[in-house]
Amino acid sequence: MFDNFPLWPQRASSTAGNVDALFIFLIIVSGLMTLLVFSAIIYFAARYRHRKGVLAEQVEGSIPLELTWTIIPLGVFMVIFAWGAVVYFKSRTPPRDAAEVYVVAKQWMWKLEHAEGQREINELHVPVGRDVKLIMTSQDVIHSFFVPAFRMKQDVLPGRYTVLWFRATNPGTYHLFCAQYCGTQHSGMIGNIVVMEPAQYEAWMSGGSNGPLSAGGEKIFAELGCATCHRMDSQGRGPNLQGVFGKPVQLEDGRMVTADENYIRESILDPGAKVVKGFKPVMPTFQGLVSEEQVNALVAYVKSLGIPVPGGVKTSESMPAPQGAPGGGSQVQ
Amino acid sequence: MSDSPTAVQTHEGLHNPALLHHFATEEQQRDASNFGMWIFLGTEVMFFGGLFCAYLIYRGWYFGDFAAASKSINAALGATNTAVLICSSLTVVLAIWAAQTARRALMIAMLILTMIFGLGFLGIKGIEYHDKFVEHHVPGPSFSFEHEEIPGHPGQYANPRHAQIFFALYFIMTGLHALHMIVGLGIFTWLLIMAWRGYFTPHYHTPLEIGGLYWHFVDIIWIYLFPLLYLIDRHP
Amino acid sequence: MATATVPAVERENYLNKEYGVGSWLLTTDHKRIALLYLISITFFFFIGGFFALLIRLELLTPAGDLVQADTYNKLFTMHGQVMVFFFLIPSIPAVLGNFLVPMMVGAKDLAFPRINLLSWYLYIIAGIMMLHCMLTGGVDTGWTFYTPFSTAFSNTKVIEAGLAIFVAGFSSILTGLNFVVTIHRMRAPGMTWSRLPLFIWAHYATSIIQILGTPVIAITLVLVVAERALHLGIFDPKLGGDPLLFQHLFWFYSHPAVYIMILPSMGVVTEIIACFSRKRIFGYTFVALSSIAIAVFGFLVWAHHMFVAGISVYAALIFSMLSYSVAVPSAVKVFNWTATLYKGSIHYDAPMLYAFGFLGLFTMGGLTGLFLSALGIDMHVHDTYFVIAHFHYIMVGGALMGYLGGLHFWWPKISGKLYPEGWARLSALIVFLGFNLTFFPQFILGYLGMPRRYYQYPPEFQVLNVLSTAGATVLGIGYLLPMIYFLWSMRYGKPAPDNPWKAAGLEWQTQSPPTTFNFPEEPVVTWEAYNYDEIDRGHKEEVNVVG
Repeated sequence: MFDNFPLWPQRASSTAGNVDALFIFLIIVSGLMTLLVFSAIIYFAARYRHRKGVLAEQVEGSIPLELTWTIIPLGVFMVIFAWGAVVYFKSRTPPRDAAEVYVVAKQWMWKLEHAEGQREINELHVPVGRDVKLIMTSQDVIHSFFVPAFRMKQDVLPGRYTVLWFRATNPGTYHLFCAQYCGTQHSGMIGNIVVMEPAQYEAWMSGGSNGPLSAGGEKIFAELGCATCHRMDSQGRGPNLQGVFGKPVQLEDGRMVTADENYIRESILDPGAKVVKGFKPVMPTFQGLVSEEQVNALVAYVKSLGIPVPGGVKTSESMPAPQGAPGGGSQVQ
Repeated sequence: MSDSPTAVQTHEGLHNPALLHHFATEEQQRDASNFGMWIFLGTEVMFFGGLFCAYLIYRGWYFGDFAAASKSINAALGATNTAVLICSSLTVVLAIWAAQTARRALMIAMLILTMIFGLGFLGIKGIEYHDKFVEHHVPGPSFSFEHEEIPGHPGQYANPRHAQIFFALYFIMTGLHALHMIVGLGIFTWLLIMAWRGYFTPHYHTPLEIGGLYWHFVDIIWIYLFPLLYLIDRHP
Repeated sequence: MATATVPAVERENYLNKEYGVGSWLLTTDHKRIALLYLISITFFFFIGGFFALLIRLELLTPAGDLVQADTYNKLFTMHGQVMVFFFLIPSIPAVLGNFLVPMMVGAKDLAFPRINLLSWYLYIIAGIMMLHCMLTGGVDTGWTFYTPFSTAFSNTKVIEAGLAIFVAGFSSILTGLNFVVTIHRMRAPGMTWSRLPLFIWAHYATSIIQILGTPVIAITLVLVVAERALHLGIFDPKLGGDPLLFQHLFWFYSHPAVYIMILPSMGVVTEIIACFSRKRIFGYTFVALSSIAIAVFGFLVWAHHMFVAGISVYAALIFSMLSYSVAVPSAVKVFNWTATLYKGSIHYDAPMLYAFGFLGLFTMGGLTGLFLSALGIDMHVHDTYFVIAHFHYIMVGGALMGYLGGLHFWWPKISGKLYPEGWARLSALIVFLGFNLTFFPQFILGYLGMPRRYYQYPPEFQVLNVLSTAGATVLGIGYLLPMIYFLWSMRYGKPAPDNPWKAAGLEWQTQSPPTTFNFPEEPVVTWEAYNYDEIDRGHKEEVNVVG
């Protein structure tokens, strides 16, 4: 369309096409319905215009007609519902092995950190064709991560993680908007998603980072003394965290939960909420002692434990030394 | 266009001055008044309902912390208050019966007794609130709830932030209830004055009936509040 | 269509029975209370409209250059609060409902006239509180008050605004209570449920929502005010609370609230279409029951405002499916209204033009609801201008057009005067065109991705924003005109006959304007609703209700 007068947003993700298809279907259905109703109204209004001496004919009603125009729309609506549900479900189920980016929203900026360690503010570089999963939280109020070109948004909440995933399909630069009113500079909390060819992306990636996020997490893990209780030889007062991520965990009160990002986060900030079976509730809370970025780094670290590495299970001793300047442990507000 | 009825005797064949001009019959007026009060009580159910909903959700999430906090409020006083309110509902019913059977003295006595029970309830509530204030369990800058054991889990301590949510809801729910009690006392003061002036007869005592409905409702809300707030995970 | 004779001398009616400020401020006559409401809500409508004008002016350019960011945030917040709570929710029930419900059922007044007056005073107190809040700094949370921004971050007068809306809510509850009791208990002999005008059915359904839903937002606002004042943690994650709990509690009322806004308007449109087609409404029972269905289903769909808020996928699926169920009764109404035109004898007076406008705009707005209920679409257009366009099509294109149509239709009854028909038709056209120009571009803006509540935006959105602002100017003129000519008609309008439209309905069997007690004797109803065939064939009604 016109450059300064677009009528349709660009398509840049694998979901965008699905959303557009449903949208066009809805336009067609609505268009037909509108045409039907408007034509009837206009035709009747003209054809049955008041004429002197001609009285209206009382037509009471018609149950078959009522049933027809109740059931058929209901059927059409259920089709729309099902189609929308499928698109939504697929777009909300992140694939395994997606590249992860941790997002911290605050009034009024987006702070992003790739798992590999690159930090960005208000900008996200991603390669074409790769699944990317955003693990997001807010430092203050509710925000919303919205990329029109991807046809996706997800509210970003304080106190927990929410997730958004996409696969970019078109190189280019696309708008990033905050879509949940968050105060004075809500409309200034915007940025760019930069989708690059894989080769360009590799080049960009190697242009300096602070080392993988999980390495930063490992450092914090050591600095805060977590290893004292969470020993890898299971002799500690806390559960061994090796391989715990993504697995079911049995709790003291009988419940079974999955150790996902929210679980790890909660265990750091509110350890008494879910106590693992067989352990005592002695872990102190780190609420107020760690920033959101540090929590993200710790989560990334725990995730990385128990990932098979050539030569055996990865343990903290076998992690490579971080490249470049030390990173993840510093307080970033 | 004054249409406030004044106290008079009913005359045979004439309209009761208590009959308001826009109603066709006294029966229609009585039905409408009762129906209106029931609907109003329905709105009150929805009003408290939002609070109960929030309370039940947090109680489900933070059961242990809520149990610890609940232990710290005085169940004996709460139970006493429950008995006080149930008795007050009985006196309300007796007052209405007295009106129906033209027992003026009993009606006035029962109304006064109801109000005494109501004041007693508020007094006991006042004692409870004072206790909470002294123990620093009032949410706000001076709130403190450290080292309180979770009942049934020795060695495990309640999270003060979650306990504060319990107390916030406790004060809002019982406070709102107490506010409704105070309004009820106001209504009954007015009913007492009307009863004293001889306004109520076996033929007409609708204000007593609908005032009574309101009072019973306030009682029922308390009957739900008491076990929910005071009796979480109590052991003998 | 005005054919009946007009009396030469002004008869005693509810307007001239008593004069003086006291006789108005202490009235218990439902008709005078309706006029008190008419004046108050018109005042607030123009305040809300003024805020809208400033918003649209700011959005003429991509940069934030008319007002500061904080000011803009207050403008859209207060536009929403004033329009929703002080205009749309009261509008038809408090003005047309108050005036007509007793007359339509054949009663002398509502069940509780003094509570009716109390309801107006609560509205006025709430209005004063809101005005004070606006004049001393305003509030910037959005009309939706999302936490923790409203409870822990906003620096504006959240508590005052919350309390003002709390009081306004009680006004709304009392109106609903009054209507339900009146409709149940005060119907004249012979006025069975199936003989009631569909306006009454619509108000009955509306009142149920007012009674059951409003208390929930009342308690939610109490919790927000308490949290903000006392630093509690019910909705603040830093203190163990859950911000989503607020959203659930808020939308549990605020979704049914939108049906409070549209159902009465549907009732008005039903009356107008029947009268100006000279026909009984097609499918009376279905239209009546669809009002109740909308009220009931309306309580089951609130979380469709929260599809991307962080609720589970399964919850989202359920609420999406239920949201389609609430679309069905609305569609049924549209089809029945259209079918009523079939074989009718249609007149194009101004009320009917507003009804046609309603049919068109409500259909379009309702269809876009189908888009929003689709999960796959909503994740893209939620919190964008698509949503704004959708709800303005329904609330302005639907509810407000119905309100204006109703004001025109019953104006002769209310004021005893005729409005100028030519100007009225012109205004209807201006409103219809201005409305579409204002809001249709916003659908496109929304799909393009322009978020809500933005005072600055990327330059490629400008052309559509300019079109929208142009439309808003036209729309504003369309709203000013009726105000002018209605006022003009009160002094200079032609005296109205008792039943200028030869309409069915007990209210038309009274004087124009009616006497204070409406009917000289209690009417006894022996005919069905919308008996236009009898009316047009000249059959006399079975009862003399005109003194």
